[in-house]
Order: sequence, then structure tokens, then C-alpha cells
Amino acid sequence: MQYLLMIYRNEAEFAATPPAELAAMMAEYMEFTKGIIQTGQFKAGDRLKPTSTASTVRVRNGKVTTTDGPFAETREQLGGYYLIEAKNLDEAIGIAARIPGARVGSIEVRPIWPPAA
Amino acid sequence: MMPSMRAVDQAVEEVFRREAGRVLATLIRLLGDFDLAEEARQEAFTAAMEQWTAGVPANPRAWLINTGRNKAIDRIRRDVVFRTKIFDRELASAEAEAATAFDETDEAAFGDDRLRLIFTCCHPALSLEAQIALTLREVCGLSTQAVARGFLVGEETMAQRLVRAKKKIRDAGIPYETPEPPLLHERLQGVLAVVYGVFTEGYAATTGTRLVDAGLCREAIRLGYLLDELLPNNAAVLGLLALMLLHDARRAARETLTGDVILLEDQDRTIWDQAKIAEGLALVDRSLCISGQLSAYAVQAAIAALHVRALRKEDTDWPQIVGLYEVLLRLQPSPVIELNHAVAVSMVDGAARALDLVDSLAARGQVSQYHLLHAARGRLLQQLGRLGEAGRAYRAALSYAALEPERRFLKARIASLEGAPAAD
Repeated sequence: MQYLLMIYRNEAEFAATPPAELAAMMAEYMEFTKGIIQTGQFKAGDRLKPTSTASTVRVRNGKVTTTDGPFAETREQLGGYYLIEAKNLDEAIGIAARIPGARVGSIEVRPIWPPAA
Repeated sequence: MMPSMRAVDQAVEEVFRREAGRVLATLIRLLGDFDLAEEARQEAFTAAMEQWTAGVPANPRAWLINTGRNKAIDRIRRDVVFRTKIFDRELASAEAEAATAFDETDEAAFGDDRLRLIFTCCHPALSLEAQIALTLREVCGLSTQAVARGFLVGEETMAQRLVRAKKKIRDAGIPYETPEPPLLHERLQGVLAVVYGVFTEGYAATTGTRLVDAGLCREAIRLGYLLDELLPNNAAVLGLLALMLLHDARRAARETLTGDVILLEDQDRTIWDQAKIAEGLALVDRSLCISGQLSAYAVQAAIAALHVRALRKEDTDWPQIVGLYEVLLRLQPSPVIELNHAVAVSMVDGAARALDLVDSLAARGQVSQYHLLHAARGRLLQQLGRLGEAGRAYRAALSYAALEPERRFLKARIASLEGAPAAD
């Protein structure tokens, strides 16, 4: 089964991270990503630009409205994601727990519907 | 009805009581689906009623599992939903799963299946209330109606809760597995929290008119014995089982015939269940003897043991109870344990010292709406002769108490205080 691991953290705190700490964290992310590529569990993954760059699109009665910012104001924002292949939820949780961001923010684990044949 | 038919029904019923749980647990593994497995078990027992007229087969469990599995395969093939093109792949995989072989004589494998079922029902990706409901329904075999009654919700609401939980197991890929050792300890804590949750809901319901629901207590203790059978010599399992037995031994003495609360110190010690006490005491000792695994449940059981060992309330070993609460606070700090510690301190160092502890706990604000905090303050103030303040504390307790017998108890305390001359 495929799972989307969504990495949430507080953007303001992230922006204030000292450069040395940031570099250490990036190295840790590289290491982690390499690890799940080697085991064949990595499908995709990206780091997102901050929510200040986000737009939200809705179509109501055929009319497109675009608004500034993410859907909801929350304490933590989506900062990146991994799409992984895992045997079951426990394996997905195990991988999510190894994401460096899990220690400062939180990881939402969502199963992906298999594509309809 | 022919006598032979009745004998068959009786035989099937007996096998059902003994084997229903194991049959379901193994069918879920073979079929990979809770609902399909429940239907298959139902059909297997129905078939047994018809086919066991000549006698019960040598291995009834294997017969039921094989019959259930074959019925499920038939159902998968028959079911029009599965016949549509989209589900062709799932049909193939469901059939392949259902055809998984099982060893009829491997007792350990059946135990493993029951453990898998418990860990799946108590998976932390499910809400605690869903975990409790699923465990009672699938592991204990209670009807949806009985589970609903235990938690004072409608049958419809409970049925929906169970459907949602089973859907999450399927859709999120919650495994039907017992976790491997590094994870096992952590997940076992979750399982024990569910078992204790069932027990406490039975022992001290949080709402409603009845203080004690013996049925839930019994189910929780049965689950404790089952876990001890499946995970032998585990300090936490033994500790929890001991704790439940030692509490349950006092069940009959905890309320009056009209359902009013009787405090520990006022209970009739002659009606405590001595068999349960003996068993509980032996289990606490076994749990505490397992080195390197001090369980908070065992420490709580040891405290309960000191209470039940005292033949008269004056004989209670309060200094040792205070010490055990201090151990417990290091293992598992919580405001409720702090409050119990303070009450024990009042028996050793007096009410003034205990009131300081309770007030400093209250000042931190986390438990300002916990009725027992205010009730304990009221009692300590009363002992110190500060009756006006005691009355106000009991009133605060009453405003947060939800359980009818506790409310009656608090009202009685307030009434007796107001009848007494004010001292402050």
C-alpha cells in the first residue's frame, strides 16, 4: 500500500532556525531519503515553499475563486511530503517516525487509494 | 423437538462458548477481513447445527475454520459486488488469501491469532473508545447491543462506531500482527490501557445511575487472564490482573442495596471476596518478582493489597502505602496519583500536611474540575474543623460530579455540615 507522509511544522519557528542547525537537519533529511530509496520504499518526496506563497482555489457554481494562503490557519503548516510504499500502517508509522521533522513538528500518515483499474 | 436435535444444539453451543473466539481470530487472518470472517463464523456454526447430528467431529475447531473459510470463498464468488470488473483483482487476492493453509494441530498458531486480534483491535491509530468497543465486540464476543449498554450509547451509535473502526483497519492498512519486540512493549501498554478502561468503566462508571457494572468488570478480568495465557510471565499483565482482582474483590462492599457509595473505611470487610484476594495477592508477588520490569499496575496492585490485607481499617499500613505512592509518582506522574498520595499522607502526617499537598496540586490548575480533588479538600478541611471552607469544597465537588450515587454522597456531606455548628 502507498502512504503519503505529510510533514507539518511551525513555519515561523522553522524560519528562525540557526544556519548550523538547518545544515545539520538537511544532512539528516538527505541521509533518511537515501535510506528509503535504497530499501525501495521511496516513491516521491519534495520540500514545499512556505504557505505565504500558497493560493487556494475553489470552484462554486462554475465560478473559480482564488484566495491567498492555505485553507486553514493552524499552528503548523505543511512543509513537505514523502510518498512511500509500505507493507502496512505499522511500517508506514515506522518510516514516518524516522523523518527528522517528526521531532519538532508532526507527520500525518494517509493511505493512498490504489488507482482504479 | 427430537431429543437428538437438542443434544446437537447443546454440543454446538458448548463448542461455541469454548472456540468462538479462536475460530474468529483465525478466520480474520485467513480471510483478511473482519466482516467476512464474522459472517463465515456464523455460517460455520449454522452448518454445525445441521451436520453434527451424528456426533461432534474429532477436531471441532478445525472443522469450523475449514467450513467457515469455504463458505467465505463461496460468498466471495457469489457476491455480485465482487463480480464487477474493478474488483476482479481484489477477488483474486481475496481467494488467494482465503486459500492460505493453516495447521490444524498448531496450538501456538491459534494463540498467535488471538494475540493478533487483540493488538489489531487496540491499535493506536484507532481512538481509545473505538479500541474498547472493538475489543469487547471482537475479542470478548459481546453483542453490539451489550457493548452499547456498557457505554450508555444507543445500539445504532455503537454499530456505526464499530463499522467506522473496521473500515479504518481495512483502509489504513492496520496490520493483523503482533508487533515485534521493540514495539511490543509500547503497544502492550495500549492494550492494557484498553483492558483497564473496560474495568474502570465497569467499576466506577463515569456517568449514569449505577456505580458498578459487574459485567464489564468480569469481561476485563477475562481479558486479563487471556493476555496472561498468551503473554506469560509479563510483569505488566500480571500486575494489571492482580489490580483488577483486588479491586473486584471489594465490589459487593462498595455500594449499599440502594446504590449508595460506601467508602473503603466504612466497608464491611467480611463480604470481601477472599478467593479473589488470595489470587490477586499471589499475582502481585509474581509480578514484583520479575526483575527489571517494575510495572505501575503492579505498584497500584501492591497498594490495593495493603488495603485488603488489613482486617480492620486501623490495621492499614499507611506509611508503606505512602511509600508506594511515591514509587508510583516516579514511574507514572499524574495529578490523580498525587491526590491519592496526599490522602495517604493525611493518615500518616495528619490533615494539615495533606491539605498543603492538595492545595499545591490545585494551584497548578490542571485538575481544577476533578470532583474528587474538591471532595478530598472538603474532607481534610472538615478534619481540621474548618467547616465553612469544607462546605464550599464539597459544593465545588458536587458541581463537577456526574455520577448519581456520588452526587447523593456529596449532598449528604453538605447537609451534615450545615447541620453542625460553624467553627470558622
